[in-house]
Amino acid sequence: MNIDDVLKIFIAESQELLQQMEDALLQIEQNPHDPDIINAIFRAAHTIKGSAGLFGLDAIVSFTHVAESVLDRIRSGEMAFNDTLTALFLQVCDQLNALIAHVDAGGSLDELEPALQKQGVALTTNLSHYLSGELAVAAAAPQRATQVVRESSDTPNEHWHLSLRFGPDVLRNGMDPLAFLRYLNTFGQIVHIVTLTEHVPAADEMDPETNYLGFEVAFATEADKETIEGAFEFVREDSQIRIFPPNSKTVDYIQLINELPEEDLRLGEMLVRCGALTQSELEKALLKQSEPEASPAPIGEVLINEQNVQPQVVTAALQKQKQVKDNRTAEGNLIRVDANKLDQLINLIGELIIAGAGTQLAAQQSGAAQLVESTGVLSRLVEEVRDSALTLRMVQIGTTFNRFQRVVRDVSKELGKDIVLEISGGDTELDKTVVEKIGDPLTHLIRNSMDHGIEPASVRLERGKPAQGTVRLNAYHESSSIVIEVSDDGGGLNKDRILRKAIERGLVSDNQSLTDKEIFNLIFEPGFSTADQVSSLSGRGVGMDVVKKNITALRGTVDLDSIEGVGTTTRIRLPLTLAIIDGFLIGVGKATYVVPLDMVEECIELTSDQSSAARQSTSDYIDLRGDALPFIRLRELFAVEDEPPRRENVVVVNYAGNRAGLVVDQLMGEFQTVIKPLGKIFDNNRALGGFTILGSGAVALILSVPGMIGAIAQRQAAPSTAMTINS
Amino acid sequence: MTEAATELHHRVALDGPLTIYTAAESKAKVLDPLKAGTHIEFDLAGVDEFDSAGLQLLILAKQEAARRGCSLSLCDHSPAVVELLELSGLVSFFGDPLLIQPHLA
Repeated sequence: MNIDDVLKIFIAESQELLQQMEDALLQIEQNPHDPDIINAIFRAAHTIKGSAGLFGLDAIVSFTHVAESVLDRIRSGEMAFNDTLTALFLQVCDQLNALIAHVDAGGSLDELEPALQKQGVALTTNLSHYLSGELAVAAAAPQRATQVVRESSDTPNEHWHLSLRFGPDVLRNGMDPLAFLRYLNTFGQIVHIVTLTEHVPAADEMDPETNYLGFEVAFATEADKETIEGAFEFVREDSQIRIFPPNSKTVDYIQLINELPEEDLRLGEMLVRCGALTQSELEKALLKQSEPEASPAPIGEVLINEQNVQPQVVTAALQKQKQVKDNRTAEGNLIRVDANKLDQLINLIGELIIAGAGTQLAAQQSGAAQLVESTGVLSRLVEEVRDSALTLRMVQIGTTFNRFQRVVRDVSKELGKDIVLEISGGDTELDKTVVEKIGDPLTHLIRNSMDHGIEPASVRLERGKPAQGTVRLNAYHESSSIVIEVSDDGGGLNKDRILRKAIERGLVSDNQSLTDKEIFNLIFEPGFSTADQVSSLSGRGVGMDVVKKNITALRGTVDLDSIEGVGTTTRIRLPLTLAIIDGFLIGVGKATYVVPLDMVEECIELTSDQSSAARQSTSDYIDLRGDALPFIRLRELFAVEDEPPRRENVVVVNYAGNRAGLVVDQLMGEFQTVIKPLGKIFDNNRALGGFTILGSGAVALILSVPGMIGAIAQRQAAPSTAMTINS
Repeated sequence: MTEAATELHHRVALDGPLTIYTAAESKAKVLDPLKAGTHIEFDLAGVDEFDSAGLQLLILAKQEAARRGCSLSLCDHSPAVVELLELSGLVSFFGDPLLIQPHLA
C-alpha cells in the first residue's frame, strides 16, 4: 500500500469536510441552536483531527483539537453560536484549508510560512478564551489526546495478520481452504482465527461445491513474508489474500476494515477479527457497558476510554457500518471519473459522428437500400450515444451557487451592509467546463451588485425598502441555452451618469441616441466604471469588461436590465454544451453553412416580389404574418459572387427573444455537428462560431446566431444615427 | 435420546465422507432432516472424511435450522470433524460439547 495514495484520499476528504463545515457554519447563522448543524460541524472537525493523526500531521491535530474542544462545549449546550464565534470558526476553516493545501503541495508542517503560523497561533489563543472555564482540564486533555494518536501510528502487535478470502472456485479446483491453514501450522502457529460464515447463502441458493468461506487469522511465525505468501501461491489469482506483518500500522487495519466485504457486523466483532482487539478485551468492554451505574455509552467510546483500541480504528469501523447501511438504502451509487477521460470520450464521439456522416453519405450514393437502412439505424444510435455522453458532463449549478453564500457573507461584513443571498434554480444542469469557468464572472457580478447596487441601510429605509438588501442568483433553461441571473434590489443604474461618463471617455458621441438597454450595456465596455469612489472591491474599471470577455469566450452573451431605485438584473446566457450540437445545414452558392437547430424557428420562401421590394426600399425587412422581420442576405455577407437562384429561402432564427431572417439559397436539413474552434485569426469575426466537417469531408462554417442578430441590429441602428445627425 | 422423549426429536447419523466429492448429494442429506422436527441432532461419529465443503454444509444446516426456528446440535464428532472445527475456530459457532482430543493439541 502506498502511503501517498492514502494521503491524497485524506486531503480530498478533508477538503470536502471543510466545505461541509463551512456550509454548516453559514447555516448556523440562521439557526444557532439546530443540533443537526452543530453536530455536522463537530463531526467534520473530529474526523479531520482523527485522520490527520494517522498521518502524523501533529500541527493539524493540535490545532483542530482546540477547535473541537470549543465545539464540544457548544454541542453540550454550555455555550451557543453567535456572530463572533461563527466568524472565528470560518477562519478556523480557512486555516485548516491552508494547512491541508500546504500538505498537498508536499510541504512539511514544521516549516510553515510565518503568516500562516502567526494566524494559527492567533486563532488558537482566540479559541482557548472559550475554554477558559475549564482551562485546567483543557490543558491536560490535549496532551493525552495527542499521546493516544501518537501511539496509534505504531501499535505493537506481535503477530502477523492474514486476511483470507478464498475464491468461489477453489473447492472445484481441488483445493481445500482449510488445508492451507493446516499448512500454516507447519511453520508457525495460528494464534487466533475467525471463520467468516456470513457468506454461506440460504439453502436454495447454496451450491455445495462453491466456496463461501473466508478467514481472519492471527499468525505467529519466524518465517518471512515471502514464505507466508508462498503458502497461498496456488490460490492467489482468484482469491484475496492480504498479509500484514507484525506491528502493522493502525492505518493498515483501517484500510482492511474498509476493504472487508460488506457485512453488517457488530463493531466489536469486526475489531476482534482484525486482531486490533482480543475477544477478552471485547468481552470486558461489553461487561462494562452493561454495568448499571455506568452511563449507556456506545461500545466504541467504552473501548477508547479503556485505551484498548485507537479512536481511528473505531471511527473507521463505525463509518464502515454506516456505509454498509447507506449503500443498502441508496442504490444510486456514484462513480468518480477523471474529467479527462470524459473529454476523451466526447472527442471520440465527435469523430464517430463525422465518420458516421461519411458512411451515410457513401451509402446514399451507392443506392443499396439495405445499406442505407442500416446506416440510418446506426446514425440514430450514434445520436443517442452522443446525447447520453453529453449528459455525463452535465452538473447542477447549485454547488457553485452555494459557494457564494460565503462570498456574500464576507463582503457584506466588509462593506458594513446587511445583505442576504437568495438562490433559486440550483438544480439547473449545465456543462461542467462552463460551470468551472462561470465562477469568476459571477463573483464579479455579485460583488458589483453588493458594492454599487445595494444602498446603505439609511438610504434604503428612506426609499421605503427593507434595511436588509437582497442579492438573488437564479438559473433556468431557455431554448438550448442556460440563463443565469444575478439581481439585486438596490439603487439601479443611473442612466444619465453612465451616458455622461461614456461621452467623457469617448465611447459614444454626445448626439448619439441610444436606447436604455444600450446605455446600460455600455458598462461592459473596457475601462468603464461608474463608482464615484473606488473601494477595495470594485470601481477600478476592471471587472465588467472582463466578465463580458469571459462569457463571450464560452460562446455566451451577457446583458443587463435596470430600473433606477428598484434594482438591477444581469442575465448571462450560455450554450448548454460546448462540443456537439444539432445543426441545420443551409447552402449559399457552393458553400455550406450550419445554424444551431435549436435556434431555427421556421423556414419560409422569399418570393421574388418580396425580394425585389426589399431591394428597392433598401430596408431589408419582410412582412412575417404582420410583424416586421429584419433579414440579412448571407450571399452579401459572405460576398458570394455567383448569380442567386430563382427561389431563395429565409431561415427565421431566434435568440434571446430577438428574431431575424437569414436569406439562403438552399435548405439542406438536419446534421449532427461537431463544433471545431476556428483559429485566432477569426477571433474578431462575430458572425462565425466555429466550423465542422461534413460527411463528404468538406468544411462548413457554423454561423453564430447571436453574432448575426447583433450585426443586423447594428446595421439598423446605423441609418437612424445618420438621421439624428441630419435633423 | 429416545423417540419417547418427544416425537419431534430426531437423531440422524451422517455416515461416510462429507467432502467436496460427496457435497452435491450431501446437501440434501443435511437439509432433509430439518423438515422433520424441531430438535435435530446429527451424529457425526461415522464421518470419516471431512473438509471445507463438509464444513460449509454443516454451517448451512445450522443457519437453515435457525431460519426454520428449530435447533440443530452435533454430537459424537469424529476426529476428522473435531480437527477441522478446531482449526477453523468454529467450535463456539456450533456450540456443542466437544470431547477434548489430547492428541490434537
